[in-house]
Amino acid sequence: MSDEINLSCTNLSFGYHKKTVIDEVSLDFNPGEFVGLIGPNGAGKSTLLKLLLGLNKPDMGNISLGKNSLNALSRNEIAKRVSFVPQDHSIDYAFNVEEMVAMGRTPYLGNYQTESKQDLEIIEAALRRTDLFELKDRPADQLSGGERQRVFIARALAQQTNTLLLDEPTASLDLCHQLELMGLLCDLTREGHLAIAAIHDLELASRYCSRLIMLSEGKVVADGLPNEAITPDNLRRYFSIEATVEVDDLDGCIRILARQPISSLG
Amino acid sequence: MSASVGSRRFIILVLMTASLLGSLFAGLLLGPADIPITKIPGILLGSFTGQALLENSWMESILIDVRLPRILVGALAGSCLAICGAVMQGMFRNPLASPSILGVSSGASLGAVISLYLGLASVSAWILPLFAFVGGGLTLFIVYHIASQRGHAAVGTLLLAGIAMAALNSAISSLILALSLDSWGVGKSIVYWTMGGLDGRTWDHVLLITPFALIGIFLLLQYSRSLDALLLGETHASSIGVDVARTRRQLLLITACLVGAAISICGGISFIGLVVPHILRLILGPHHRYLLPASAVGGALTLVAADLLLRSVMPEKTIPLGVVTAAFGAPFFLYLLVRQRWTVRV
Repeated sequence: MSDEINLSCTNLSFGYHKKTVIDEVSLDFNPGEFVGLIGPNGAGKSTLLKLLLGLNKPDMGNISLGKNSLNALSRNEIAKRVSFVPQDHSIDYAFNVEEMVAMGRTPYLGNYQTESKQDLEIIEAALRRTDLFELKDRPADQLSGGERQRVFIARALAQQTNTLLLDEPTASLDLCHQLELMGLLCDLTREGHLAIAAIHDLELASRYCSRLIMLSEGKVVADGLPNEAITPDNLRRYFSIEATVEVDDLDGCIRILARQPISSLG
Repeated sequence: MSASVGSRRFIILVLMTASLLGSLFAGLLLGPADIPITKIPGILLGSFTGQALLENSWMESILIDVRLPRILVGALAGSCLAICGAVMQGMFRNPLASPSILGVSSGASLGAVISLYLGLASVSAWILPLFAFVGGGLTLFIVYHIASQRGHAAVGTLLLAGIAMAALNSAISSLILALSLDSWGVGKSIVYWTMGGLDGRTWDHVLLITPFALIGIFLLLQYSRSLDALLLGETHASSIGVDVARTRRQLLLITACLVGAAISICGGISFIGLVVPHILRLILGPHHRYLLPASAVGGALTLVAADLLLRSVMPEKTIPLGVVTAAFGAPFFLYLLVRQRWTVRV
């Protein structure tokens, strides 16, 4: 693992059939950033994450990971550098929590190799960090939605990648676990990781992320500090809401009060 | 993982292996010719060291040339079919997947039927397996090419194409059977072959299946980790480093070879590939690192035991083996479905 790994994409375009979902996006990400991807439904947030992970192949443009083009890396090599917490975290199978988290070691293990002492320590650390150690023997298909979400975050931690991509990581968590998760991601980025998360909750995103990227119809329409990206003007233009945005004097947090939707019918 | 669960799985595996060895020995013991149990180890030893006793020669030829290849072929074919079933169910996340659903079995059957119809099968013991092999491989090739685009095969399309090809293959087989009914000998041999069995299997058959079974099972065992990951879905699997498209292609190729080899030497033996992995999954859980070896052992055990049953209950009638496996497998599976209605899944 090198701290010098940067993730970047240039002129990235991607479409399903003829519909363009990502339209000439160029972005640079650096270690230590906690990037929030925001935007209305269908803006292309999830698709961008999947492109950055190499799950979808771009129609045009290039993604590079450090010195390498993403195309030139095998799935295994990508998995040692980038981990992913998907939006869909259903588990239908009777793997227990520890086994699920242990799957994060897959890229490092040979076909017949069992987890070494070091691997087991990494797995235990990931379980403890996500508050799952007491649940480690529970079948994962019997967990609550929030607990399962944490299982996937623990698995991503066990993968020990420099970059974490997360698709709506807070969507199914209660408030307490939302704050805990965002705090955990903050800590990780302070340690030098890069985290990119698609997040619906704008206030939560603006409070924890160091940088917000706003997508609309596949284009980057704002990119910067939270208070630069979230403005009444942007909310009106891209989220179709009339809203007031206040910065709290005490903690510097952004408060958004959505007043009413702007109907596209006029 | 707690140690008790792990050791329970290990004990089950050991017990299954012991039962397999027991049934293999019973397979040597059982038959119309009465060979005393005390003489069997001596004869086996003598035969392999080349120091056979003259007084035992007829026993030796029955044991070595009739019973031994029979149980070996049964065990190896059962292993191949069951482990392939487990792999296919895992890689497609589909509880219905089995060697027959991709059309491989029916393609192999069609090849065999053609060789029987043309009368080539009687020329050499190798012709029928060769035809079966080509039939199975060709079917898989067609199915995969219909379903795949740019190296990626959609699971639903793959399974549907497999079912359609299976229907086509069995239609052609039936047509050939109908055409050959005029000559009773050919028709009868086709009917018996499609029902599956281990009668008259020789060392040629053992030689044919052994490399496929050993190499194939060894290769498949390497995929346990990837198969575990695939159970959670394609996105999960690729995000932890599994190249989904490539893994599927490789697994399809290996399973086609194994199924082709198995079907080509013991005919249409149904249900082992579907049922054995499901039963073991209910007992052992979804982990392929236990499930795959257990399926290999369980498939061998099931086929050898079914053959044993056939030979001990009604030795004078030649009832096809496929009838026994389906007749016992289907009700047992239905019982499991009723008992575990909502929990039977891959």
